[in-house]
Amino acid sequence: MATYKLTVNGQPKEVAVDPATPLLWVLREELKMTGTKYGCGIAACGACTVHLGGIATRSCVVPVSLVAARPILTIEAMAEDPVGRFVQDAWVEHDVVQCGYCQGGQIMSVVALLKAMPKPTHADIEESMGGNLCRCATYVRIREAIKAASQQLEEQARR
Amino acid sequence: MSAATRLTNNLLLGRRTFLRVSATVAGGLIVSLHFDLPLLAQEARRADSPPKVDPPNAFVEIRPDGKIVIMVNRLEFGQGIQTALPMILAEEMDADWSQVIAELAPAADVYKDPLYGFQMVGSSSSISHSFQQYRELGARARAMLVAAAAQRWSVPPAQCRTEASVVHGPGGQAARYAELAEAAAKQAVPATVPLKDPSRFRLIGRGIRRLDSRSKCDGSLKFGLDLDLPGMKTAMVARPPVFGARVNHFDDRDARRIPGVHDVFEIPLVRGTGVAVLADRFWAAKQARDGLKIDWDVSAVEHPDSARLLAKYRDLARTPGKVAASRGNEKKIDTFDASDRIVAEYDFPYLAHTPMEPLNTTIRFDGDRAEAWAGSQFQTADQAAIADVLGLKPEQVTFHTVMAGGGFGRRATPDSHVAREAATIAKRFRGTPVKLVWPREDDVQGGYYRPMHVHRVEIGVGPDGMPLAWRHVIVGQSITAGTPFESLIVKDGVDSTAVEGTIDTLYDIPNFHVSAHHPTVNVPVLWWRSVGHAHSAFVMETLVDELATRAKADPVAYRRKLLKADAKKLRAALDLMDQKSATWRTTLPPGHAAGIACHEGFGTAVACAVDVSIENERPRIHRVTIAVGLGLAVNPLGVESQFQAGVGFGLTQLMAKGAITLKDGRVEQRNFDGYTPPYIVDAPIAVDVHIVPSSEAPSGSGEPPVPVISPAVVNALTRLTGRRYRSLPLVTV
Amino acid sequence: MGMGLRRTLQAASLALITCGAWAGASSPSSAREAAARASAAPSSAMGLAAWQQVYSVLISPRCIDCHTATDYPQQGDDRHRHFANVVRGPEGKGVPALQCVTCHQESNADSTGVPGGRGWHLAPLSMRWQDPSEKVMSSAEVCRAITDRSKNHGLDGPGLVKHHEEEPLVRWAFQPGRRIDGTPRTLPPLTHDELVAATRTWVEAGLPCPQ
Repeated sequence: MATYKLTVNGQPKEVAVDPATPLLWVLREELKMTGTKYGCGIAACGACTVHLGGIATRSCVVPVSLVAARPILTIEAMAEDPVGRFVQDAWVEHDVVQCGYCQGGQIMSVVALLKAMPKPTHADIEESMGGNLCRCATYVRIREAIKAASQQLEEQARR
Repeated sequence: MSAATRLTNNLLLGRRTFLRVSATVAGGLIVSLHFDLPLLAQEARRADSPPKVDPPNAFVEIRPDGKIVIMVNRLEFGQGIQTALPMILAEEMDADWSQVIAELAPAADVYKDPLYGFQMVGSSSSISHSFQQYRELGARARAMLVAAAAQRWSVPPAQCRTEASVVHGPGGQAARYAELAEAAAKQAVPATVPLKDPSRFRLIGRGIRRLDSRSKCDGSLKFGLDLDLPGMKTAMVARPPVFGARVNHFDDRDARRIPGVHDVFEIPLVRGTGVAVLADRFWAAKQARDGLKIDWDVSAVEHPDSARLLAKYRDLARTPGKVAASRGNEKKIDTFDASDRIVAEYDFPYLAHTPMEPLNTTIRFDGDRAEAWAGSQFQTADQAAIADVLGLKPEQVTFHTVMAGGGFGRRATPDSHVAREAATIAKRFRGTPVKLVWPREDDVQGGYYRPMHVHRVEIGVGPDGMPLAWRHVIVGQSITAGTPFESLIVKDGVDSTAVEGTIDTLYDIPNFHVSAHHPTVNVPVLWWRSVGHAHSAFVMETLVDELATRAKADPVAYRRKLLKADAKKLRAALDLMDQKSATWRTTLPPGHAAGIACHEGFGTAVACAVDVSIENERPRIHRVTIAVGLGLAVNPLGVESQFQAGVGFGLTQLMAKGAITLKDGRVEQRNFDGYTPPYIVDAPIAVDVHIVPSSEAPSGSGEPPVPVISPAVVNALTRLTGRRYRSLPLVTV
Repeated sequence: MGMGLRRTLQAASLALITCGAWAGASSPSSAREAAARASAAPSSAMGLAAWQQVYSVLISPRCIDCHTATDYPQQGDDRHRHFANVVRGPEGKGVPALQCVTCHQESNADSTGVPGGRGWHLAPLSMRWQDPSEKVMSSAEVCRAITDRSKNHGLDGPGLVKHHEEEPLVRWAFQPGRRIDGTPRTLPPLTHDELVAATRTWVEAGLPCPQ
């Protein structure tokens, strides 16, 4: 057991856990933030995606001991995020979700994509979202919603 | 109207309904309605004793603040029923849709499927079986609200009208449902109630966005795995490496040294035995479980092996099986020369469902009662199984239906093996909520797969290129043998879930003969979204395409010619698909080809055209045009969504790593790296869905997208490469 | 690994020296290298033997998995395509939202089986050691590429020694951590010290390349 000071969605947190514990389980079980999902535990599905130091990160494979001082952003903070808000709205507008279990991770990936690349092409979307699995396969609407969010962001920037 | 729909309506018409209405403590109205005479109920119930309505606010609650809570008698796991059923009820009730809250119903008699007499989701039956039920519920609630208003204003009810949760009387009077609720609860329950003419529908038939969208986008929605109860512990089980094997002995010293691990003990499983670990948290439980040193006795169980099974199945397919369908002359096929005969052998591997949310169930056992939380497709069975393990009666187990992250059939287990495991562990820790989790590796390796299949088909082709004789042998395990469903689904030795999609083909083939072998194999099998249709339609639709090519005919025109005269629903879908895709199909760029497939199952007819090229040695699906006939589309937006995504799910069986294989009894894949469902790059880029206009009784849209897509894609590939693809998964193109 | 293999390699270099098959493979390219050779420089044959040792490391899975010619890295001793559609990206670091560092941290994560090292990335295409069909390039081809300063980020001999000695991802290959099942990853055929020594010998011999 070791104590770690984390910054999650701008809030300081302290947890005492086994250093090998993946960040995912620290978020879900120690901090009771269950929006970040467990899907595979091997970074093959993306349901656990958070932003770690601004980088979209598969929290299921990152031991908490390697987080260090990097700030953590989770899906729970996206309603207040300048890009996250638009992505969530586009998701609702386009009725993207089905079972919804993967969608928090999808949205975290999209937010990272749009922050790095506000106007992704079709190919960019496929590459950047290539590791986020949706078993319901809602990919058609995911693509549409990303394009819509990108456009909304551009319009907002122009205003 | 399909046979299934006719059956539904006849049963509902001849059925007595029981309604219970009462006022809530807070002055709201609560309505319960139950259809008696469950079709498939295990115990016969006397028609004169209405079943217990419990809980009392079974279906609708009007809260004083105007919110209307509508209970959904099915699991929501992506299919959108949590939006569609409330739409139906709110439609007849004239409820203000913006105030509707949908909740998933717990296990209870009142929530049993009105036809099956069993609380469940499956066979795309939710809308077709509960359409009438939810309409009547809404209409009765409305009638009683109107009666209360009419009484208040001393006017005849006929002079009142309703809109958006308000009753309007003559002379401009108006009263909100919430303020009428208490008086409405005292009204007599109408014996019969008129239903709306469809021309007056305001919600049904309109594209309505899902009610659960926002909470699934902001992380607030709690799935079963997100459940957190005071004092809750996490359990995991080490299961046998070969199905049904037993623990000889185990060394748990390392496991017990892990902080947070409470107990390690052997438990009986539905198949064999296992070692359970109970810990404070997931990570401790997983480390402990994975670190157990277990000596298994695998000697007493069969070691299934995919390669050996395939050889055995191929041999079996060359011999006649139990007759599943027989029309015309069975020997006719033998009169065709090799030049007029197609002989095709197909094989399909085991497939796992792998819903995104790993399997889990939480149970707290309190001695004389228990509480359970699960994303279950079979609440009635799982509740009974938990009660059985705990030595309780089903009604002593409060069973909460929790939103599930996908399922595709995996949460509909006749043996309730996950629920039983959870109950077995919870029984030892009275008062402690125990959350049993199956990590992804357990899910991939844990069985309950779509069965492996071999189909062998011989077709005698007439001079006009049309099939004159068809002999079809299907080899695969029975899904329902040994389950309570066997007596209903297995007839004359044939499991209909293995042969559906062939025996009920809508193609007019004289001298048509289908038979089946159901070998017993030590691999637990289960229904996988669209069940038998997914492999049967692949065989039927690739062969019909081959026949069309052989006849040098257009694949759409050939299908039209071959369809039975009375296949109206499928013909209409085929025509609509043809019309909507004709332009792009005839202007494809070089390197692209169109593929066609059509199929009817679960009462829904689907026709599909795909635009495919080959990129990086994989099929690239640029476009899909779908036409679907499913009667009245309750929520066209939901139908569109199910089809756009459902075709993606159907592509699982074409993925290069879309197979579960066994070697000497052991599953060779562990996780999504070895068993890989479609990612975004594998899915169609665009899918346009067109619904055949209809006012007929609705059928479902959960299962039907799956069967058509893989044959359509493969038919396009064949046009590009000249190769036939009869062995899945599609390892090479 | 260990002594057995090392002895084999030594035997191989002796054989090479004896038969002189690869003698005169390369000419010295700089005055400094010539001067070094004049003093106590290893022979070209010794340099070639040392290169073969270096090459055996470069094409071991721990190194070559990220020296691909394709749009994606490989993983595992069987060099299979990296799962989850991981792609190279414009700078060999993946693409937004699916970067190498989306999973690979600055050190190995043994509890989850994900290897890590500072600046995890793919080698540039100019440093690919396999062809687009994933066939390993020959010793001569790799040698020519790695000594071509227009391809190797301008590294001269000492620069190559330094790269093998200090580059975190080269060092990672010798401490590659554990797989998700807890077993240790296969190591390259030499130790890190041996790689550096062999590189130095090869450099001092004037970077000879096989024909």
